[in-house]
Amino acid sequence: MEPAEIIQHSGGAIGAAWLMIALPLVGAAILLLGGRRTDRFGHLLGVLMAVASFAVAALSFVQLLGLAPGERRRGIELYDFVPGLAKVGLLVDPLSISFCLLITGVGSLIHIYSIGYMAHDPNRRRFFAYLNLFVAAMLLLVLADNYVALFVGWEGVGLASYLLIGFWQHKPSAATAAKKAFIVNRVGDFGLLIGLFTIFATFHTLAFNDVFANASKASSGTLTAIGLLLLVGACGKSAQLPLQSWLLDAMEGPTPVSALIHAATMVTAGVYLIVRSGPIYQGAETAQLVVTIVGVATLLAGAIIGTAKDDIKKALAGSTMSQIGYMVLAAGIGPAGYAFAIAHLITHGFFKADMFLGAGSVMHAMNDEVDMRKYGALRKVMPVTFATFAIGYLAIIGFPLLSGYFTKDGIIETVMEHNAVLGWLAVLGAGITGFYMSRLVFMTFFGAKRWEPTAHPHESPAVMTWPLVILSVGAIGLGAFLVLGNRFMTFLAPAVGAPEEMPSFHPFSLTGLATLALVAVGAVFAWFRYGAAEVPAVAPRGSFLTTFARRDLYGDALNEALFMRPGQWLTRLAVFFDNRGVDGLVNGLAAGIGGTSGRLRRIQTGFVRSYALSIFLGAAILAGAWLVVGNL
Amino acid sequence: MNGTIEAPTIEYALLAPMLVVFGAAIVGVLVEAFAPRYLRSAIHLPLTLLSLAGAFALAVWQALKGVPTKPAAMGAVAVDGPALFIWGTILVLAFVSVLLIKDEEHFVGSAAALPGSAEEEQSLVERAAHTEVYPLLLFAVGGMLLFPAANDLLVAFVALEVMSLPLYLLCGLARRRRLLSQEAAVKYFLLGAFSSAFFLYGTALLYGYAGSVDLAKINLALGSVGGQDTLLYIGAAMLGVGLLFKIGAAPFQAWKPDVYQGSPTPITALMASGTLVAAFGALLRVFWVGLGGLDWDWRPVFYGVAILTMVVGAILAITQTDIKRMLAYSSIAHGGFLLVGVIATGSAAQNTAALSGLLFYLVAYGFTTVGAFAVVTMVRDAGGEAWHLSRWAGLGKRSPLLAGTFAFFLLAFAGIPLTSGFFGKYAVFQAAVSGGALPLVIVGVVASAVAAFFYVRVIVLMFFSDPAADGPSVVLPSRGTAAVVGIAALATVVLGVFPQPLLDLAHSAAQSLFVR
Repeated sequence: MEPAEIIQHSGGAIGAAWLMIALPLVGAAILLLGGRRTDRFGHLLGVLMAVASFAVAALSFVQLLGLAPGERRRGIELYDFVPGLAKVGLLVDPLSISFCLLITGVGSLIHIYSIGYMAHDPNRRRFFAYLNLFVAAMLLLVLADNYVALFVGWEGVGLASYLLIGFWQHKPSAATAAKKAFIVNRVGDFGLLIGLFTIFATFHTLAFNDVFANASKASSGTLTAIGLLLLVGACGKSAQLPLQSWLLDAMEGPTPVSALIHAATMVTAGVYLIVRSGPIYQGAETAQLVVTIVGVATLLAGAIIGTAKDDIKKALAGSTMSQIGYMVLAAGIGPAGYAFAIAHLITHGFFKADMFLGAGSVMHAMNDEVDMRKYGALRKVMPVTFATFAIGYLAIIGFPLLSGYFTKDGIIETVMEHNAVLGWLAVLGAGITGFYMSRLVFMTFFGAKRWEPTAHPHESPAVMTWPLVILSVGAIGLGAFLVLGNRFMTFLAPAVGAPEEMPSFHPFSLTGLATLALVAVGAVFAWFRYGAAEVPAVAPRGSFLTTFARRDLYGDALNEALFMRPGQWLTRLAVFFDNRGVDGLVNGLAAGIGGTSGRLRRIQTGFVRSYALSIFLGAAILAGAWLVVGNL
Repeated sequence: MNGTIEAPTIEYALLAPMLVVFGAAIVGVLVEAFAPRYLRSAIHLPLTLLSLAGAFALAVWQALKGVPTKPAAMGAVAVDGPALFIWGTILVLAFVSVLLIKDEEHFVGSAAALPGSAEEEQSLVERAAHTEVYPLLLFAVGGMLLFPAANDLLVAFVALEVMSLPLYLLCGLARRRRLLSQEAAVKYFLLGAFSSAFFLYGTALLYGYAGSVDLAKINLALGSVGGQDTLLYIGAAMLGVGLLFKIGAAPFQAWKPDVYQGSPTPITALMASGTLVAAFGALLRVFWVGLGGLDWDWRPVFYGVAILTMVVGAILAITQTDIKRMLAYSSIAHGGFLLVGVIATGSAAQNTAALSGLLFYLVAYGFTTVGAFAVVTMVRDAGGEAWHLSRWAGLGKRSPLLAGTFAFFLLAFAGIPLTSGFFGKYAVFQAAVSGGALPLVIVGVVASAVAAFFYVRVIVLMFFSDPAADGPSVVLPSRGTAAVVGIAALATVVLGVFPQPLLDLAHSAAQSLFVR
């Protein structure tokens, strides 16, 4: 089934979709410009804006459901900068509204949670301003009806992410992590930019509608180039290989940031870009193949990294990489995979946010300790956190009937039909997921107490636990709701297309059973290593494989050797060249212009007789020139 | 036929906007003669504002009713699309300038009295004021309206003088730095008279060539008269000198910095906006209508003038240390950018594009200029307005709103996107590129880059330098001045963000081009 036509829309909640972006943007502006005057109510205003934005999204969703499926792509014209030069509009369709609901819904919960988490931070207002800014930028990214506005949102979320990772700027590690995220993302953004230039050069427009309508007319070489360049952008934002290195460091930011930006929403922007640009990828098989390879490589790499991390947030970050790898893998397959990619993206948004916030709750209780080797036996002290975390855990490993079971198995089965090698690698990844997530849970909540003497863990306040409860409800039921009866695939079809034959869900297919078995093996293995056995307080040396995983598969070392050092040499060379060559030229030019100006200035004597003379001479020259030109 | 003079038919309705302005000016003179001194200001101000607003309304009404397709008043005046657009522009800019003039701080009470003398004391005690400013200004505005609409060279000459003479006087009426102001007035008068002579001489030569001063007839004669080419070329060149002088194109730009600096700042604002608009309108009409068939000859000449103007304006502005002189050189450079559009003629569609770009540019630049000069009137120290750039150091720390607004105007001058200046330049350069004047556009862009340097330098000075200990203070603006700054800033934003309505209007005004 092909995507439906875009219909111009006005009126109702959809017509006011711009409010979704405007509300949090206004919130951010008030909080940033208002300064300390807004300290008292800043957090409440931030929450209010996020919730209001969610309300608009929900109303738009309801209005969209009231329309016939073929009419659910609504274009809203916002602003015509100059006809033919730049036009900004929004596109509300099943794909973008799904994202809006996730961003504003999970975003609101995380806003609420942050009231408690950041209660003692003197800069809480600024934190909420940045969160609001992020929500606005992310909504612009997904609601834009053209690549320019998408890019503005793309850069906006990058900025918000930078500001939030480095929020505790007094910590040098946070400042460095923020810079790293920014620079790695810059590599991706550069790829995206060149991709956009290529699109413009090919199609002479950047509006989705026009680009996609003409995509089939472009040569497959061009489409492949565009697809690969967009993939570079997606890799940067979604922390896919080889641009994954920033995500683990990004955990330096406050935990709600890790939950909202670096797990639930922003890092999925790459998946959105690939799915949205579907018509381009469908004309470029090579690009699609590369997308799937990147996805599979990242899902394995993330899982392996997750097995070796003792820092609870970094282990979760590895898992995020891995899960997004699944989504990218599915998105690379084409229309058959889109629905599962997005469905997994949504359920992942819930259970990963749930677990991150749970991890934050644990840290809150343990004096901001992140080393799992110093946790243990927390399930009795923090029953709500434990229960909600456990649900998230069961969902992510694909425990039957929970959310992850439906969406991740959906991906694996679709991939298996597409390509068996990729499929079995995805199954293997699921097995590793079973291991490292179980390890995380056992080390944190089971076993013996290994607490620091100063730690007095306690359950978090209600403002923090309620969001956990709500998110865990999503982690339980959302997957079944979306996948059973192909409900989500049917809903999404007008926006992204769908395969001719809708897949049906087999509860006990061979692939499904194999996945379950492997997950069980991983979990049991983790139980013997970390649940039943004593967990050493200091990490054992381990084999070279452990080191390999602990050092993020040598990703940073590789970056340093390949890019940083040559880069430093190049910089030195450039500085030398700049000082001796360019500066000389530029300064010389500037001095030349300045000198000319100084000399010319002397002509301006202030004597009216010399002015008159200059007019006279000018007239003579003009007349002479005229005569010469005229008589040519 | 023989010896009889037919009464001319005059389309009064068409000329109504001008007649209203001139009529109000004459009433103003009568007020000056008969009303008691304490009443004059109270009468002049509403009279002036009302007449300008009324004239604007009449021009709009005329435009809505339909644009005439042939010249009015026996072929002497052409009220066509571009003329109506220019009238509207001039009237709005004049209205805004009058709001600035209202503040009597700028004008001397008794121009003849020496500062510090007994006469000065006396005039202060009497609260003397040159309320003639208002009728003078209305006469100047009337001349500005007639100048771009004049369809024959003699009418154009009359308009030129009607426009210029009151301005010469107004230039000399500054309250502070009185000698500088009077020197500026004399310089402007001498050089203006000199250039008017060139204009008149050019008119005479072209009459000798074509046997008529009517622009359409001159254009007709271009193809048919043979063997008189020298007369034609020198005549056209002399006309060009007169017009380019008013625009301030190099090498006829020397008066501009001195006059802009010395004049009372509200008058500078009016000259930098209204006079420039009127002069460009007249230049376009004379060269596109009267000498349209000669464009292969005048285009290369203007090519050189445009390049020289842009370069001289941009480069000389760099070393200026006086804010008003800097704005004057900036105005010269912008004159050069506008000349780029004048050259971009070609097919009818090309002419429309170039003309509409120019019209947009004039509106955008006019508003920003008035706003910038309005800001200049507000930054004062003990000796009056603080012109020296060093006095502006750190202004952003003391008055962030004012400095921010001024910075915004400067960015608009530099042509940064999302300001009106960007679209003005974009439209004109775009037209020039499609008109085949690519080298000129390259020079224009380079000159813009050089110009951006001195605009940004002022911004840096205002925001990143430490304020001087005895720095100037920003006076609380009068309601008029505040309104001017507000209107100008609003226009600069709106035209930068939603340029389309005005671009469309300019395009429809330019659609029919000039009537012949």
